[in-house]
Amino acid sequence: MIEFEHLLLLFIATVLVNNFVLIRFLGICPFLGVSRHVDTAFSMGLATTFVMTMTAFIVYFVNTYILVALNLEFLRYMAFIIVIASLVQLVEMFIRYASPVLYKALGIYLPLITTNCAIMGMALMIPLEGYNFIESLVFGFGAGVGFTIAIVLIAGLREKLEFGDVPESLQGVPITLILAGIMALAFMGFAGMITV
Amino acid sequence: MKNLLAIFRNGLWAENPIFKLIIGLCPTLAVTNTVENGLAMGLATSFVLISSEIVISIIKKWIPNDVRIPSFILVIVTFVTFTDYFLAAFFPQISDQLALFVPLIVVNCLILGRQEAFASKNPTHRAIFDAVGMGVGFTWVLVVLSLIRELLGMGTIFGVEVFGAAYPEMIVMILPSGAFLTLGVMVGVINVIDKKVGSDND
Repeated sequence: MIEFEHLLLLFIATVLVNNFVLIRFLGICPFLGVSRHVDTAFSMGLATTFVMTMTAFIVYFVNTYILVALNLEFLRYMAFIIVIASLVQLVEMFIRYASPVLYKALGIYLPLITTNCAIMGMALMIPLEGYNFIESLVFGFGAGVGFTIAIVLIAGLREKLEFGDVPESLQGVPITLILAGIMALAFMGFAGMITV
Repeated sequence: MKNLLAIFRNGLWAENPIFKLIIGLCPTLAVTNTVENGLAMGLATSFVLISSEIVISIIKKWIPNDVRIPSFILVIVTFVTFTDYFLAAFFPQISDQLALFVPLIVVNCLILGRQEAFASKNPTHRAIFDAVGMGVGFTWVLVVLSLIRELLGMGTIFGVEVFGAAYPEMIVMILPSGAFLTLGVMVGVINVIDKKVGSDND
């Protein structure tokens, strides 16, 4: 029971307190690039969550049983990026087969999940924090959910903003950054609530 | 020679990676809480960018088109690992401060983007000018951004007090939300300058 409580706390801490986008600054590129419409943002969030959970799963094994066991830690960055790139390739093939419409909507940002630093960052944090297998899974999934929440929220705000009267020089990226700043301010309210 | 200088200048403003191409924002926002961190990050990224553009522009004719992205990443990751170990050995304090964001240079879209857009299509000497221009362009934005944040957030520059002890620190500037706000306003100001310069030229 204590174990379950601990995992729940870890999940909430990852989603809200240390939100990957708004507090840790990971995954800003898709956060700005694919947040024009709520539905594409949500699909992007789902794809990223899936890749993140799978990455956490594989990275844990690669790290524990290959890198640490064989004393190859200096190859860590290389090993992790290969894991992520192959996973993204798989997801891309799957989405193209399952939903060509979604494939079109995500466009260039789908292969770019590879260079989404949220995923690499999450992978690197697993050995750093010393998570065990279950914790790694919860952490990866929580990171994905946190990313999805942030990107869907900002997409919702940007949809409303379409009808707003934004000064010309602030249109597009600048106003989105300022919005994100205000959102980050709100997320700071969670700071220190849970320390895992 | 004029041509090469034009490539170099491109990165400083007209195609500045941060406020024109809008790439490489994660480190831009995350490590600009002090000038020291911003500068270190800018230099580390520039080093990786320059080295990988040189290597890739040399070996480009042996890379099959289908596997070019993984090949680029392998070159980049080699230099990132090198940088990470170098910083940890000689500048342990900076390495601690930047923490995760040194290995994350691997996934900085700026670096992969330049390999794809420039180094894989141009001879080495042109690639060097492009890389240096982009590196300087990236670094100066990081330094200006961190200058504003450190000054307003803690009243210091490079840790030296500027406003005196009585300065009421705007803590929000060194927290995440200050990063978003400052960069948003900065991009806005740059758009205004661009429009002014553009209309003067007409």
